[in-house]
Amino acid sequence: MKVSINWLKDYVDVIIPAADLAHKLTMSGNEVEGMEVIGAAWDKVVVGHVVALEPHPDADRLRLATVELGGEQMTVVCGAPNVQVNDKIAFARVGAKLIDGHSGEAMELRPAKIRGVVSSGMVCSEMELGMSDNHNEIIVLSPDAPVGMPLAEYMGDTVLDITVTPNRADCLSILGIARETAALTGKTMTMPEVKYTEDGEPIDKSVSVAIADPDLCYRYCASLITGVKIGPSPEWMQRRLLASGMRPISNIVDITNYVMLEYGQPLHAFDYERLPGGKVIVRRGKGEKLTTIDDVDRKITPHMLAIADEKNPIALAGVMGGEASEVNEKTTTILLESANFNSENIRRTAQAMKMRSEASLRFEKGLSPELAFYAVRRATQLIVELTGGVAAKGIVDVYPAVVKYAPISLTGDRVRQVLGTDIDQDEMVGVLETLGFECERKSTVELLVSVPYWRTDVSLPVDLIEEIARITGYDQIPTTLLSSEIPQNESHPMLAFKDKVRDILVGCGMQEIITYPLVSRETLDKISAPEPIRLLNPLSAEQEYLRTSLKPSMLMKVADNEKHEQSLGLFEIGRIYLSRENELPDEREVLMGSITGQRGQKTWNTASATVDFYDAKGILEVLFGRLGVDAAFEPAEDETLVKGRCASIAVAGQAIGVIGQLDPRVAEWYEVSSDPVYLFEIELDKLLPLVEPLGEYTPIARFPGSTRDISLLVDIDLPSQKVQHIIEDTKLVSSVAPFDVYTGDKLPAGKKTLAYSIVYQSSERTLTDKEVNKVQDGLLKRLQKTLGVTLRQ
Amino acid sequence: MLNDLDKLKSQAIAELQSITDANSIEDWRVAYLGRKGKLTQILRGLSTLPIEERKAVGAAANDIKVLLDEELNKRHRAIKEASLDGGAQAIDVTLPGRTVPLGRLHPTTQIIRQINDAFTSMGFEVVEGPEVESDYYNFEALNIPKDHPARDMWDTIWISRDEASPTLLRTHTSPMQVRVMEKRQPPVRVVVPGRCYRYEATDATHESIFFQIEGLAVDKGITFADLKGTLYEFAKRLFGAERKVRFRCDYFPFVEPGVDMSIDCFVCGGKGCRLCSNTGWIEILGAGMVHPNVLRGVGYDSDIYTGFAFGLGVERIFMLKHGIDDIRLFYGDDLRFLKQF
Ligand SMILES: [Zn+2]
Repeated sequence: MKVSINWLKDYVDVIIPAADLAHKLTMSGNEVEGMEVIGAAWDKVVVGHVVALEPHPDADRLRLATVELGGEQMTVVCGAPNVQVNDKIAFARVGAKLIDGHSGEAMELRPAKIRGVVSSGMVCSEMELGMSDNHNEIIVLSPDAPVGMPLAEYMGDTVLDITVTPNRADCLSILGIARETAALTGKTMTMPEVKYTEDGEPIDKSVSVAIADPDLCYRYCASLITGVKIGPSPEWMQRRLLASGMRPISNIVDITNYVMLEYGQPLHAFDYERLPGGKVIVRRGKGEKLTTIDDVDRKITPHMLAIADEKNPIALAGVMGGEASEVNEKTTTILLESANFNSENIRRTAQAMKMRSEASLRFEKGLSPELAFYAVRRATQLIVELTGGVAAKGIVDVYPAVVKYAPISLTGDRVRQVLGTDIDQDEMVGVLETLGFECERKSTVELLVSVPYWRTDVSLPVDLIEEIARITGYDQIPTTLLSSEIPQNESHPMLAFKDKVRDILVGCGMQEIITYPLVSRETLDKISAPEPIRLLNPLSAEQEYLRTSLKPSMLMKVADNEKHEQSLGLFEIGRIYLSRENELPDEREVLMGSITGQRGQKTWNTASATVDFYDAKGILEVLFGRLGVDAAFEPAEDETLVKGRCASIAVAGQAIGVIGQLDPRVAEWYEVSSDPVYLFEIELDKLLPLVEPLGEYTPIARFPGSTRDISLLVDIDLPSQKVQHIIEDTKLVSSVAPFDVYTGDKLPAGKKTLAYSIVYQSSERTLTDKEVNKVQDGLLKRLQKTLGVTLRQ
Repeated sequence: MLNDLDKLKSQAIAELQSITDANSIEDWRVAYLGRKGKLTQILRGLSTLPIEERKAVGAAANDIKVLLDEELNKRHRAIKEASLDGGAQAIDVTLPGRTVPLGRLHPTTQIIRQINDAFTSMGFEVVEGPEVESDYYNFEALNIPKDHPARDMWDTIWISRDEASPTLLRTHTSPMQVRVMEKRQPPVRVVVPGRCYRYEATDATHESIFFQIEGLAVDKGITFADLKGTLYEFAKRLFGAERKVRFRCDYFPFVEPGVDMSIDCFVCGGKGCRLCSNTGWIEILGAGMVHPNVLRGVGYDSDIYTGFAFGLGVERIFMLKHGIDDIRLFYGDDLRFLKQF
């Protein structure tokens, strides 16, 4: 909402500078986002009176204008075709800074010789004063403009650009902002004085209004003005409309817009002659066609409200008028509508038609039905005053159900309970009354507050408390810390768990990433992810589905970063979204990791090597180790991973994830050129319940262990884990680790050797060689029997 | 024989004193104390001596062996110390160390932790909630009925708009206010970090997918003054104790009175610059006293209980702290950006 301070001054004394007012409005809820000073650059420009016009001796298109400036006359060259003797004009003296009509730059005006005639000044166009792009015509001021007055004083203004919050329909008006200004500066506002004579016939003779659907139209007021002469609106009105960001069109349209800006009530003017029988019916659409004033054919459905004559819709209520009944230059009789409609319905219609206008935006915020009556009278007054029209006697006013609201009880206790401070009852009354509320003092601690009709947003005591707080200022309220009891926390293991997993992986040198959960169908299909949920109104095809796997986004991030990184170790903890019948989707937490490129950086003392499966697995082993879970890796298959280089991961017999090398064909599709890439994916929702809390400690072994290395000849495809499990399950074995894996020519075909370092240890005594030998002999026999493994010397 | 031993002792010590390097020391040890060394040989030859002499010479030889061992150790230590003090162990300390891969948390995770920490230290508990929400929790229960003009404040990405169960991607973390209160009785103090979605074109200052942190405190006796104090404390922890804050009236349908909190611009110190759009203030969060309709909706007695709620954009806080001018950097996940934090 653009608010001209000059306009504001019609209704309230503005006693503080515009910047201070802007600050006060902002702090109290009407945020001023911008401030434009009209006339700031009009130094040395004054109101002039053209007293004579002579042809230029040497140029047909130029004239010499003699301008009276108040005790002084100047003759200057003027090229504008519209200048006439007796016009009041804007005259720039030498030294004024004007916008050049051709370059658009600000230039200082100098005396100039134009075709032999010296010109010491200039009659200005709008462009030269920075008001518009029009530089062909000079500005013609109102005949009553005082000659000699600086132009900035005569028509300068400051315009505040205010972002009105959706609850304050009343502030989408000059009167609303004037009321706020009054309350914030301790002044009283005055309302426009609406007085005009009704010299016409009684309106009932020529106009009848019926509301067929009172659930969508709460009040319909109309006036009739005959003998109207259509033409431009006066300069002062045009100036205010322009300052408010509206284009002047004609006196009637301008007046309806002017009153909408002033009161906040949208109005619509019909050409009465094109309204058969003067009958207006407010009813739902019946699927008829209506050509609106923007020349578009629209279908009026039963969900929409139409203003109709006896047969057809003539306007889409509250949204846009129809072409057939539009006011044009031949119009002489105006039926002026000022109505109140169901705000939700207007909002739905305007959205469905994609026609949100200044009018519909006001209606949908919920206007008071009372406003309609005041606004139609104000607009009728202006039409009578400015267009030569004659108002019919009376106003048609159909108001089926007058709404009355009960006053609100406001106690000092409630104010203290909400604000945390006491506010003096006199102060409360003072604030509320300047805003238009009526206060009845029930007692020294209770007020009975009646809400003015324009404040459709106020219905509860807290609403009144906000009024008091915002006008006295939030900075007047003390600042305290919570003093009440700290609630008992419930535990949220997943949150802490995710943070722990993040910290462990970061400790392993991995970089966390966060990607969009919205992806394209293709990227999910390529890895055979579960069926995703589609959005109704996606922003783009790339973000049309909720992901059911983190893999596609991970691969795309690898592709994005591999060009400028030697090695990548990335992980993401994010959600996947799986649809469920009759329920919100299942949002599951998943860990996705990838590594590729070099293991460590190549430096002066470190040879670089390409990462392999065991780098990825090592990271997971650190993770599981830190979480205290025993994870089993078993050979497995996965469509996106290389066959034979993929393992399923299980904890306590339950599958929780997968690890493996990315299939290069999948990589190619995601434009990943790194090879190999290793991926792991862990379902955190499944892993979390398997993480046991730490148990009691194990005493530190007091007796030394005895280490033995053994080398075993085994079938080439025997997984080491099988051997290791048998060794681990052997009595007195405290730990075992493979330290060599060998395949080669020196071995029989289809065989490999696995070498293990085994520590034997007892918690009761130091073991003798003999004891260890005996245990190990038994172990070797068991290995041979169960796995066909032999000891290699 | 004893004379020979004495001579051997003097000779050995004299030789030892002149040695200055570790290798020669080893040669000396082999020559005197080694298996075939001079002293060893004497000890071996003892058996040929008469018993009386054997005892005397044996004792003397052993004394000398102990003495020479001692001297050897002393010399060893002296040579080592000389070499340490002389800088003979010097290496090029300016060469880089062996690399250990450096992992990092995403900036969003880092800032969420900082914000959570600020509030948990004031007794708030961190909870999470669903991103796919019903229209009821995202709007209706927050005092934003269907076709309410305030819905314009949240352009919505929908999953389904069927009348019975309209479903959407939550446009803010506020639905968790309702979900938490439905499950608990006051007192309640929670913060809710989480992802939100808006149907909005993306530019340098707007992401359609972003993180918010919601806060809620409800109990008997919680006031607007507590709201101010709590949020002021938060701002000081995140932005420094010297920050000034400003509370102004703003509108959110689920609070009344509504608040917008700004901090004084740390770039221009309040004089006005590009960052603060020449206002001297930077908006960082929206807040207010929980609307009685919201309290009543979850079955709380709004005459007895009051509370405040707030919501803030996570990325924006991080951007302000580090002078980042494009929010799209966050989820572009370019490592050249991420590695800076
Ligand atoms: Zn600044």
